[in-house]
Amino acid sequence: MPEQDENRSFAGESLRKKIGLAEMLKGGVIMDVMTVEQARIAHEAGAASVMALERVPAMIRAEGGVARMANPRLIKQIMQAVTIPVMAKARIGHFAEAQILQELGVDFIDESEVLTPADEAHHIDKHSFDAPFVCGARNLGEALRRIAEGAAMIRTKGEAGTGDVVHAVQHMRQITKEMKALTVLSEQELYAAAKELQAPYELVRMVAQAGKLPVPNFSAGGIATPADAALMMQLGAEAIFVGSGIFMKERATPLDVENDAAERDEAQRRAKAIVIATTHYNDPKVLAEVSEQVTGTMKGLAAAAIDEKELLQTRGW
Amino acid sequence: MTKEGELPRIGVLALQGDYAAHAAALREAGAQPSLVKTPDDLRRDGQSLDGMVLPGGESTTMLKFLESHGLFEALGAFCRTRPTFGTCAGAILLAREVRHPAQRSLGLLDAVVERNAYGRQIDSAILHAETTLDGGPLEMVFIRAPRIVEVGPNVETLALREGSPALVRQGALLAATFHPELSSDRRVHRLFVDLVKSGRT
Repeated sequence: MPEQDENRSFAGESLRKKIGLAEMLKGGVIMDVMTVEQARIAHEAGAASVMALERVPAMIRAEGGVARMANPRLIKQIMQAVTIPVMAKARIGHFAEAQILQELGVDFIDESEVLTPADEAHHIDKHSFDAPFVCGARNLGEALRRIAEGAAMIRTKGEAGTGDVVHAVQHMRQITKEMKALTVLSEQELYAAAKELQAPYELVRMVAQAGKLPVPNFSAGGIATPADAALMMQLGAEAIFVGSGIFMKERATPLDVENDAAERDEAQRRAKAIVIATTHYNDPKVLAEVSEQVTGTMKGLAAAAIDEKELLQTRGW
Repeated sequence: MTKEGELPRIGVLALQGDYAAHAAALREAGAQPSLVKTPDDLRRDGQSLDGMVLPGGESTTMLKFLESHGLFEALGAFCRTRPTFGTCAGAILLAREVRHPAQRSLGLLDAVVERNAYGRQIDSAILHAETTLDGGPLEMVFIRAPRIVEVGPNVETLALREGSPALVRQGALLAATFHPELSSDRRVHRLFVDLVKSGRT
């Protein structure tokens, strides 16, 4: 079907429009929000986009149970409350959730390992949607498999809900290192590289020629402070996702931004500081100033202390 | 003077958005881009930059930065006296009036701009339209695009989308509701670089 082939090509209009919105989000912060009030605080602080969800990763991790797509009513309320793009998460492989999110008019769909996977073998065929998708990756092969399926943006997985940036760093360094390694290979060697990466040869060749992914490369998973955001930007992230870092107090308790003025102020300060740090990531003077403005930080959970089978990042392949 | 020094030096507002795509497009169009994040960045090597690009992105995010450390005033003063090109969010920042909802703007372009006028991302579109620029129809990449709903008498329309101006010029100001930086056609950036060259003293 020629129409479908056109959809799947980087020269095709469908993918160019999707990547176009990812381009507009560069240099910005995408914040997880669970309520309309949190969405307003994020917007007011200068977030480039918000991710609407019912529980941030730190709560999912603490409370357990099956984590699913957010209720459409909440997503619609948040879409009405802010003028910036709104994202929402679907479970890995759950194309029916993605269909619902697209129907709602969500601007970007995150096929996310933070939710409980719905399919242990297949990710969503993202080319068949008009809405753009972002997917997590820990290494280049995983990133390219998601791009082959139609992802218009890649983000590091990191380890969501921990406030520990160590795995976001590891994944960004890994992807960067593997991309760099491809650029020095001969045409002949790229075939074997594609086999090792378990990724389509055409995409491997594109990366070898350009030295970067054919879609924007953002960072997520454990970014909790302005310094964390600056670190990821200096390591090559093109924008930052902040999940539990802004609106969480204790592991499973969010700041009460609706009723407690001091906690609202704290959330506002954190949100603003991370936005400023993401733009001025190369200016330690600004980073020092904004870090000082932050009055509290989520307590966090050391990623190294998490049992291997409790890790979210190993979901998806 | 080095060869690179002879190229016009054009600032690209780099607070948030697709400023890297603009920097690449400016290089292809024969200019030297220079990222601007603070009022100090409006000068480089003791000399003022020759022009300014306000890129696409989220205009509310950019406004947050403009409203601190005197950047709004410094940028406004700069763009009043030198060629400036705004795309999408950048066009919103340049407008005399912004609607849907109302927000602050530099007020340099005699136009009224409505934000997210065509809907959400699902309504983003790549269209082709006639233009007064030489070389045939122009590809226009619209991403959650604004619409220019009113223009003053000194504003010249260079391309239309469904009857609304999509590419406009007012003296040394150029504004697009689409993203020429995301197309491979460099005619719009070349037009701007020519404006900068002719505006240089």
